[in-house]
Amino acid sequence: MKTTGNVTDATVNQALRAGGGNAPDVVSSFTTDNVGQYCSSGMWADLDPFLKKSGMAKERIFPEVLLDYTRYRGKQCALPLLADSFGMYYNKDAFERAGITRPPRTMSELRRTAVRLTERTADGSYRRLGFMPDFRLYQNSPDRLFAQWGPAYFDEDGRSRLARGGAAKDFLTTQRDMVTALGGYGALEKFRTTFGDEMSSQNAFLTGKLAMHMDGEWRGLMLDAAKPGFRWGTAPMPVPDDQADAYGRGYLTGTVAGIAHSSRHQNAAWELVRFLTADTDQVVAFANAIHNVPSTKAALASPKLARDPAFRTFLDIARHPRSVSMPPSVNGGRYIVSLRDFAYRTEAGRVPDLEKGLRRLDRQIDEDNLQSRN
Amino acid sequence: MATPLAHRPAPALRRRHTRERLRTLGFLSPWLIGFTVFFGYPLLATVYFSFMHYNQIQAPTFVGLRNWTYVLGRMPLFGPALWNTLWLVVVMVALRVVFGLGVGLLVTKVKAGAGFFRTAFYLPYLAPPVAATVAFVFLLNPGTGPVNEILGALGVPAPNWFNDPAWAKPSLVLLSLWGIGDLMVIFMAALLDVPREQYEAAELDGAGAFARFRYVTWPSITPVVMFAVVTGVVQTMQYYTQALVAGKLASGVSVGPGTVIQPGYPDGSTLTVPQLVYSLGFQNFDTGAACALSLVLFAVAMAVTSLLMRRRAGLLGAED
Repeated sequence: MKTTGNVTDATVNQALRAGGGNAPDVVSSFTTDNVGQYCSSGMWADLDPFLKKSGMAKERIFPEVLLDYTRYRGKQCALPLLADSFGMYYNKDAFERAGITRPPRTMSELRRTAVRLTERTADGSYRRLGFMPDFRLYQNSPDRLFAQWGPAYFDEDGRSRLARGGAAKDFLTTQRDMVTALGGYGALEKFRTTFGDEMSSQNAFLTGKLAMHMDGEWRGLMLDAAKPGFRWGTAPMPVPDDQADAYGRGYLTGTVAGIAHSSRHQNAAWELVRFLTADTDQVVAFANAIHNVPSTKAALASPKLARDPAFRTFLDIARHPRSVSMPPSVNGGRYIVSLRDFAYRTEAGRVPDLEKGLRRLDRQIDEDNLQSRN
Repeated sequence: MATPLAHRPAPALRRRHTRERLRTLGFLSPWLIGFTVFFGYPLLATVYFSFMHYNQIQAPTFVGLRNWTYVLGRMPLFGPALWNTLWLVVVMVALRVVFGLGVGLLVTKVKAGAGFFRTAFYLPYLAPPVAATVAFVFLLNPGTGPVNEILGALGVPAPNWFNDPAWAKPSLVLLSLWGIGDLMVIFMAALLDVPREQYEAAELDGAGAFARFRYVTWPSITPVVMFAVVTGVVQTMQYYTQALVAGKLASGVSVGPGTVIQPGYPDGSTLTVPQLVYSLGFQNFDTGAACALSLVLFAVAMAVTSLLMRRRAGLLGAED
């Protein structure tokens, strides 16, 4: 068996479309964003016949929310291969110095805490920021933070509904308020350009430039290895003030695995996919090794799973009934890219009328989806 | 009175003409084959696919004008991408030609250290575009870059360069001016080719430096200037790598294996039409829309080039 690592989704997409004798049999994607595209185009094979043949009841093996992001319109073309949940990392020393006893639980608390934790130098520039809200920071993408609102992206007819219900407007207004409270977009962006690479020793949370930070469960392993000069803790991300009962939820995503449509060894490929995704011992061992959230119910309940309290926070977020993932779409993550672009413009103060902008965004997402359908 | 029949060439003459035509065709055939395979067929295929829905997996299906209406009317990124591309064509090409000519004049006039200056101006052109762009983004980093450190120390307000929508394109122009070596060499060759005696005659007639440039240098180098403009326009219409690298790097967004990023940071200011074509064709796999957009780019490039060629003919005619 030959394995090739660090392959981007763009390369997987292009390689499978190009075909050829060296095309892979088993494929894995680091994101759930493109599952809809893989399923709807037929590029990844339908796994339901294989599951049936093996006598596997998927609903009993995998959590529902993970099944949701690995299928599109009933077609199960992928299975979850470990999951990621997102929460907050915070600098306990900075909290202690500021006299703050616990991490914030609501968005207004987050804003107040972030302001209190922010320290400036004599010339007024930032020494440490309580929380960097800018969407382009590391894992801060808008769709991840928006998960705290528990949004519905599409209605029953598959039409974008971001302008409806008020969640998106509230989320983006909260973001703008946070940006303003912390010094404004220009100052924050300038400070962001002083941050090092996310996966390096110059990560801004690691170097103490940030007191609170949204990240995935894998960060804990990296922090342990880097031995930062401060104590740190983990917590769920805050929720909107009017949804305080949903505290504990978070954004879920993960790696997915499937079988290439062009594979000539689909039965053998299935054996590997089954082992990787559904074998409890392998899922637990893999999750412990790379500090990821296991993706089967049995593995989540396994006593062999790491007991590290910081990691437990993320397991709890993964199990939380109100945690959310992104719905698959016919054109992959295109609607997410559109949302991100809109959110970038909004936080920069370039969207004067939020409601009008959201309606236009809905129209755009619908147009893009229509364009991608046959 | 001779009949038309009497004018018909003799069979031997006709055979000779045919042989000559076949010979000509034989000599032309490598080019004709290349043109057909690498230009004619792709162009026809692009036109064909622009009327199809094709995701590069399933068979293409006819969708009429849907891709065209999407690209021209329902895709909001098309307008900014076209504007950015045309902005770069006008500003970058014009400044590169002026700067290249200026540097060419400088290095042909300079007496001492001519070799050093020629090498110094040419060397940046040899830097790989990606490496040069990465270096520029680091140099112009608003928070940690040395350029802003120096400007700050001098009390000059420092722009945010690649991180500011108003400065991102001018920053790309700066990058292109730094790599001016290609145009400098062309202009240097053209300038050195201007007959010395014409300058001497002009000097005897009392012409100053500007008059010598206007009436001696300029007419001689006009074809080279037009060549630089036309090739510059065609190259800038295809502007892709530097804008993409600068945008991605300056945005600071973590690019993981699963990340799909819309090019154009900041705020779409560096999005060009070729980037959009790639994004549609090889990120979204919307081949039909990508082909329609490619044809729009082709039509714009043809129109601008034709205009320039006509202008060039006018210029040359006026000088003749």
